[in-house]
Amino acid sequence: MDKITKVTGVALPFAYDNVDTDQIIPAEYLKITRREGLGRHLFNNWRYLENGEPNPNFILNDQRYRNACILVAGRNFGIGSSREHAVWALADYGFKAIIAASFGDIFYENAAKNGLVCVILDDKELDTVRRAALNQPLELEVDVERLLISYSGMELRFKMDQATQNRLLTGLDDIEYTLKFYSHKIHEYEAKKPAFLGPRKVDLEGLEKAFE
Amino acid sequence: MAGLSVFQKIWNDHIVANEGDRFLIYIDRHLVHEVTSPIAFRSLRERGLTVRRSDLTLATVDHNVPTTDRAKPIDDKLSAQQIEALRVNAKSNNLPLLDYQSPLQGIVHVVGPELGFVLPGVTVACGDSHTSTNGALGALGFGVGTSEIEMVLATQSLWLRKPATMLVEIRGSLRSGVTPKDVALNFIGRVGVGGCIGYAVEYGGPLVEQLSVEERMTLANLTTEAGGRTGIVSPDEKSIEFVYGKPYAPQGEEWDRAVNYWKTLKSDGDAEYDKSVDIGVSDLEPQVTWGTDPSMVCGVSERIPNPERFRDHQQRRKAEKALEYMGLKPGTRIDEINVDAVFIGSCTNARLGDLIQAARVVVGRRVSPRVKAIVVPGSQLVKRRAERLGLHRVFIEAGFEWRNSGCSLCLGMNSDRLAAGTRCVSTSNRNFENRQGFGVRTHLTSPIMAAAAALEGRFIDARELSLGNVGIGG
Ligand code: SF4
Repeated sequence: MDKITKVTGVALPFAYDNVDTDQIIPAEYLKITRREGLGRHLFNNWRYLENGEPNPNFILNDQRYRNACILVAGRNFGIGSSREHAVWALADYGFKAIIAASFGDIFYENAAKNGLVCVILDDKELDTVRRAALNQPLELEVDVERLLISYSGMELRFKMDQATQNRLLTGLDDIEYTLKFYSHKIHEYEAKKPAFLGPRKVDLEGLEKAFE
Repeated sequence: MAGLSVFQKIWNDHIVANEGDRFLIYIDRHLVHEVTSPIAFRSLRERGLTVRRSDLTLATVDHNVPTTDRAKPIDDKLSAQQIEALRVNAKSNNLPLLDYQSPLQGIVHVVGPELGFVLPGVTVACGDSHTSTNGALGALGFGVGTSEIEMVLATQSLWLRKPATMLVEIRGSLRSGVTPKDVALNFIGRVGVGGCIGYAVEYGGPLVEQLSVEERMTLANLTTEAGGRTGIVSPDEKSIEFVYGKPYAPQGEEWDRAVNYWKTLKSDGDAEYDKSVDIGVSDLEPQVTWGTDPSMVCGVSERIPNPERFRDHQQRRKAEKALEYMGLKPGTRIDEINVDAVFIGSCTNARLGDLIQAARVVVGRRVSPRVKAIVVPGSQLVKRRAERLGLHRVFIEAGFEWRNSGCSLCLGMNSDRLAAGTRCVSTSNRNFENRQGFGVRTHLTSPIMAAAAALEGRFIDARELSLGNVGIGG
C-alpha cells in the first residue's frame, strides 16, 4: 500500500445520511474474483437510469464535480454489509478521502486497509464544509500527518485513532508486519490454548454420509 | 476493582499482543463463504502463503447459490465461477467445505453453531457483517472485509481497536404474536442505524434469559443493523445445552473442562459498561418497517409517519425519499398495505424455531392468490429437521414454495430476485433500496407476521391470530 500523508482535490457534497454499502456497490457486482474495475458501478442504482443512461439528477453525474476525489458525506456512511467492494469501488472511481460525521465500523476498517482516508467531523463542521462545497467546486486538503482539513483559508482539526493514522502514514501491510514481528507471539499464544476449545477433529465426509 | 463483562473476559483471553489502542486478537474460528473470499485467497497465494490453521476454518457456499433443485447445474456463470473458486481454494488449503450438494450446506451463521463449530467463549471472524449472530452462544463474532479475511487466513488473528461496551437490558414478557425480531426492530428504531457504532453490545435481563438460543440469535444478528461491532449474550445452561453433542463440540473429559470454563464467562454482577440501556417490552406490538433502512419501523397498529414529523432536516429528507421509493403515503394504516411477495429466510429468521412459528400460522390455510411466497431454510439440516416434523407439507399445501438453503432474497444475489415494484415482506435483516432486486420494496417483519401477510395478502396484526399445532405425526 502507498504511504498517504495528504489528499488534495475537489470536494463533492453528498448530502445523504445512512448510506449503506448496498447503495455504494449493489450485490450483483460482487460476483467478481478481482478487485479492479468496480468504479464504473459505484452508486450504480442511483447513478444510472433504468435505460443505462446517467441520471442527470445524481450529483456524481454533475460535470462540475467530474474530478472530485474527496466525498463530503453525512452521518453513518458505509453502514450495512461488510463488502470491501464498497471501498474498492470508491477508490477505483477516484475517491481518496471521505469526510463524514460517522462511519460503519467495518467500512472504516476496510477503508484504512486500502488507503482510503476516512475523516470524522462533528455535524456542524461537516455541514459547513458541505455548504462550502455546494456553491462551487471546492479545493480541499486533508492532512493526515497534522490531522487538519483546510480550504479557502479555513482550517479544521479532526481526530483519528493512532493505529489508523500510522497505517496510512507508513503504508505498512498488516499481514507482512504481523508475520514479521508477531509470529512468535502467535505461536506462544497457540501453545497455551486449551484443547477443549477445539474444534474436535471431524471426518466431514463421514458426517455428510450420515445425513444423506 | 469492578467485575468484568462477558465481552471483556473473552477479549482479554484472546489478546496476543497490543500496540497502544490496537490489539492483536486471536481468532478461534474462521468461517468462509464464496463471495467475499476469492480475492483474499488469490492475494494469499500471491504472497506464497497458505491457510495457517485449516483446522480452525470452515467454508460453505450460501450467498449466491440457487435454492431450487440441487441436482441441476448452476445457471449463472459468475456464481458458478465463484463457487468453483472456493472449491479450488478449499482443496489447495485443505479446508473443510460444505459444498452445494452437501446435506450440511447452509448459511454461514446458521451452520457454524449448528455443527458445534462455534462454541461459547470463542472468537469468530467471517466476511459477512452478521457474524454477531454467534454472540447468542456467548461467542465473540466479528464481521470483516476481504483484507481482514486474508489477515485471518495468514495469521489466525486480527488487529482490532477495542470497542466500547453497551449493556441492553430487556425486561417484561412478550405478548403472543410478538417475537425477538420485534424487540430488535423496535430497538433499532429507537437508537437508529448508527446507534451502536463502535460498541460491543451485550443483551441481558430477564427476557433474554427466557429466550431460546435460536431466539437470542435473532437479537444478536440484528445488532449489526444498529451499527454494533458485535453482539453477545452471557453463556448459560441453555447455550451449553445447545452445543452438547454437536459434531465439532468437545466430548468426554474435554467437554467437562469446557463447561467449567464457560461457566466462568458470565458477566459479573458489578461489571461496568460504557453505556447501559433499559428497555421494557411488555407493551410491544409486532413491528413492520416502512422505509429503506431497518430503523424506519413502526408498530402494526400505527400509520405510515408523516416525514414532517421529523424535526431534523436530514431525517425528513431521508423519510421522504424512502416513502417515494416504497410507494407509500403518510397516514396509511399498516394493515391497509397489500403485499405481493413473502420471503421467510435468512440468518436472522430461518432456523427451525422460526419455521415452526410460521407453520403454526399457516397450517390448514391458503396463501393469498396474489402473493408469491417462499420458504428458504437457514441450512439443509434445518430443512431436513423441518421435514421430519412435516412442516414442508404445511407450507407446500398452503401454496408456499419450499426451497433449499442459501441467503437467497436476503441479498438478492441469486436468481430468486424479484421484479421492480414488488412489495415483499421479508424475515431478513435489511430493507435497503434494491436489496431484493432493482426497485423491490422490502418490509422487514418476524416470521409470524410474514406468514400471516402471505395468507391475507396484506399486513395483519399477529396478536389476533389463533395458532395451530404442527409437528404431530408429521
Ligand atoms: S442471509 Fe443475508 S445477512 Fe445472513 S449471511 Fe446471508 S447475506 Fe448475510
